[in-house]
Amino acid sequence: MLTASGVTKRFGGLVAVNDASLHVKEGSIVALIGPNGAGKTTMFALVAGFLKPNAGTVTFRGTRLDGMAPHRICRLGLTRTFQIVQPFAGLSVRENIACGAHLHHAGRKDALARAAEIAAQVGMERMLDQPAQDLTVAGRKRLELARALATEPKLLLLDEVMAGLIPSEVAQIIPTIRRIRDSGVTILLIEHVMQAVMSLSEEAYVLNQGRIIAHGTPQALVRDPTVIEAYLGHGAAERLHASEAGAALHA
Amino acid sequence: MLGLVVPAILSGLTTGAVYALVALGLTLIYGVLHIINFAHGSLLMAALYVALVLNMRLGLDPYVALPIVVAVFFCAGYLLQRFVVDTFSHGRDANILLVTLALSIIIDNGALYLFTSNTRTVDVPYAFDMIEVGPAFIPLPKVVAFVAALVIAGLLWLVMRHTRLGAAIRAVAIEKRGAELMGIDVKHTYAMCFGIGTACVAAAACLLLPTFYVTPQVGYAFVLVAFTTVVLGGMGSLGGALVAGLLLGVVEALCGLFLGETLGQIGIFAAFILTLLFRPAGLFAPKVA
Amino acid sequence: MKRFGPGESVAAILLALAALSPFVLPSQAWIGFAVNAVLISVLAIAWNVTGGFCGQMSFGHAALYGTGAYAAAMLQIRLGLNPYLAAASGVAAGAAMGGLIGALAFRYGLRGSYFALVTLAFAEVLRILASSFEITGAGSGLTLPFKPGLADLQFPDRYAAYLFVLALCIAALAVSAAVKGSRLGSNMIAVRENEEAAGAIGIDAFRVKVIAMTISGAIAGAAGVAYLQIQLFVDAPIAYGSLISVEALLGPIIGGAGTLLGPIIGTIVLHIVGEVVKNGVGGAPGLNLVFYGIVLLLILRFLPNGLMGLAGRLRRPAPAAAAARTAEAR
Repeated sequence: MLTASGVTKRFGGLVAVNDASLHVKEGSIVALIGPNGAGKTTMFALVAGFLKPNAGTVTFRGTRLDGMAPHRICRLGLTRTFQIVQPFAGLSVRENIACGAHLHHAGRKDALARAAEIAAQVGMERMLDQPAQDLTVAGRKRLELARALATEPKLLLLDEVMAGLIPSEVAQIIPTIRRIRDSGVTILLIEHVMQAVMSLSEEAYVLNQGRIIAHGTPQALVRDPTVIEAYLGHGAAERLHASEAGAALHA
Repeated sequence: MLGLVVPAILSGLTTGAVYALVALGLTLIYGVLHIINFAHGSLLMAALYVALVLNMRLGLDPYVALPIVVAVFFCAGYLLQRFVVDTFSHGRDANILLVTLALSIIIDNGALYLFTSNTRTVDVPYAFDMIEVGPAFIPLPKVVAFVAALVIAGLLWLVMRHTRLGAAIRAVAIEKRGAELMGIDVKHTYAMCFGIGTACVAAAACLLLPTFYVTPQVGYAFVLVAFTTVVLGGMGSLGGALVAGLLLGVVEALCGLFLGETLGQIGIFAAFILTLLFRPAGLFAPKVA
Repeated sequence: MKRFGPGESVAAILLALAALSPFVLPSQAWIGFAVNAVLISVLAIAWNVTGGFCGQMSFGHAALYGTGAYAAAMLQIRLGLNPYLAAASGVAAGAAMGGLIGALAFRYGLRGSYFALVTLAFAEVLRILASSFEITGAGSGLTLPFKPGLADLQFPDRYAAYLFVLALCIAALAVSAAVKGSRLGSNMIAVRENEEAAGAIGIDAFRVKVIAMTISGAIAGAAGVAYLQIQLFVDAPIAYGSLISVEALLGPIIGGAGTLLGPIIGTIVLHIVGEVVKNGVGGAPGLNLVFYGIVLLLILRFLPNGLMGLAGRLRRPAPAAAAARTAEAR
């Protein structure tokens, strides 16, 4: 569904993303992981049109995306969320989601009705008339997700939707994401919460210093010595086993 | 033809030096506070009236009045930033622009109420003394303004480079939070910047007065030129403002020569719009000091 | 969805009473004041489309207003065009000028203070051009021949003129309400709140902003045409002067940018303050504008969401910040 090949982005002398390639199959949940500063968010920006790659191509359902403006990419069915959430602070939850719903619903009534449906999908049905600026971090993350979902994407790029959430909130949002996938939306996500990566995704890419250094199932990756050395560091494998056990408990 | 062009260029340079001085104040404020001071031209107009009144009531020559006017306007600028701009805008960018707009409306129309819209000038004995510069004769006050503007620009540069205040200003311009953590009083530094910027227009006003006229609307014309200078020179760049000011003086003089007085101003606005559209960062790399 | 809270209803009732007052208090001075205030309200509604809904604060709306007035005047005087056709062309010319300025400014990514300055510069260029060329009447302006009667879109008395501007104001309000309650309005508000996030959900910010400027230009152009048809005269300082640009933004900021009724409320409150001051000091020039500035300062200090923000407090304790929150260009 999405193929990036040989994508490179330089900022002056810094190569943020270096000859990175990845592929996302329709109907899957794929994770993009890696240490801080590895270039994950830059990779998202390149795919979603917020940055133009210096080299390489991005293809989505047969269409070249590189160099295309974000709003046009969104109209093709690829939407992203932001790591630092950007709600429309002056609007209510319902109005925020309706801004996204308007992409496919011209009428105001339709868009508002659709917004209520989407809110229910992400568990925000009771917050519809709250101003977005009054939401908690978890609420804002959900709102960001809902607004993106309202554009009816075929592929959704989630940039750390769980960062800053407490474990019980993480546990709530994991089934939400899985339900979104089951409704026919393919998902590519950046995530630091390994528990979530392990339980959600069938496939993961590891980005380190701008390069894709490994690719496989998350379970295989955490045992991959390259990954452990380059990305997770000493002792991290043990911590992961613990969180794996935790995930199994939640499941 | 050349006989007309060279004097026009020289006269343009003298006007340009005053533009540069006005713009230095504006660009300093922008570079550090990141606000566009819409009231800058109104403060220039107010300084012109203060110098004018000092001349008419006390018989003070504008050049003698310069230190007094500069000191008064430095204080006024300091207080305006500290107690009006900062407080009334709640620190929101869009509101800062509106607060300075409100100040300019108040100052301009206050002057209109106090002084009416009559055009006024001062009488100084040396107004028509000429100095021979190459092939051209330039009025003495314009030469004085040119030299003084460059001297003041140089002083400003020295302050920015070699004093604690200059270092504090540069630190706040680059990283406000960091400067605050290092014990720099940011509000005080902001107000000092605003004060110095206002002092610059006060100096410009005293240098302008012998060859210029005063009306309550005069600030508006200058503020637009000053914006053009600042944008052309790169928002926040002192050196850029100096060069751009001189350049604009020449552009205006040449456009005036070839297109006539009113249309001559178009040259400045055309330069303004084209720069904003194509080189919003200015002709030179933007930096403070 | 609830359209009107109690605050908005109170504002609407007050406005309706104000609109009727010239018929209840028939004095020439009062109705002359009302014509002017309602005319500027139309301009304020125009500004609110770009500045309020879309968050692009213009300091040069005179460029749009003046173009409407000049286009209609030139077509009637120079080409002898029917006044109605000329008026329609004036509206179209305002829209075209808005679209042009918007397209140029937004194409090159100007926002915040930079956008404010470039719009101001456009208005100044037009002012100088209009005062320099023969076709615009140069320094002496353009005067329409006095032919009172509906056939020539001229008004035999101030009541007729008042009815005309009142109808225009209601029409402008209807357009503005229709925009706000549509997909376009939702897109504009999204762009105002956060342009990057708007792009991520498929909104073409450039297109939305240019459309906002075009609609705003049409309404501002209509206000310019109305001025021309009532005063039968236009010159460069009246049409393109900075006072018009300032009046266009004062009403919405004071009344509440981004609200429907705010621009009208703000304009009327401001004009009443100006009138009271004028009567108090016996027509000294300038003093009423000093008070405009003071009102603006006080509103920014104590009611950052404008007078409608105050009305909104009747509904809920923490009113949503709907002020023009333009991101400062870096």
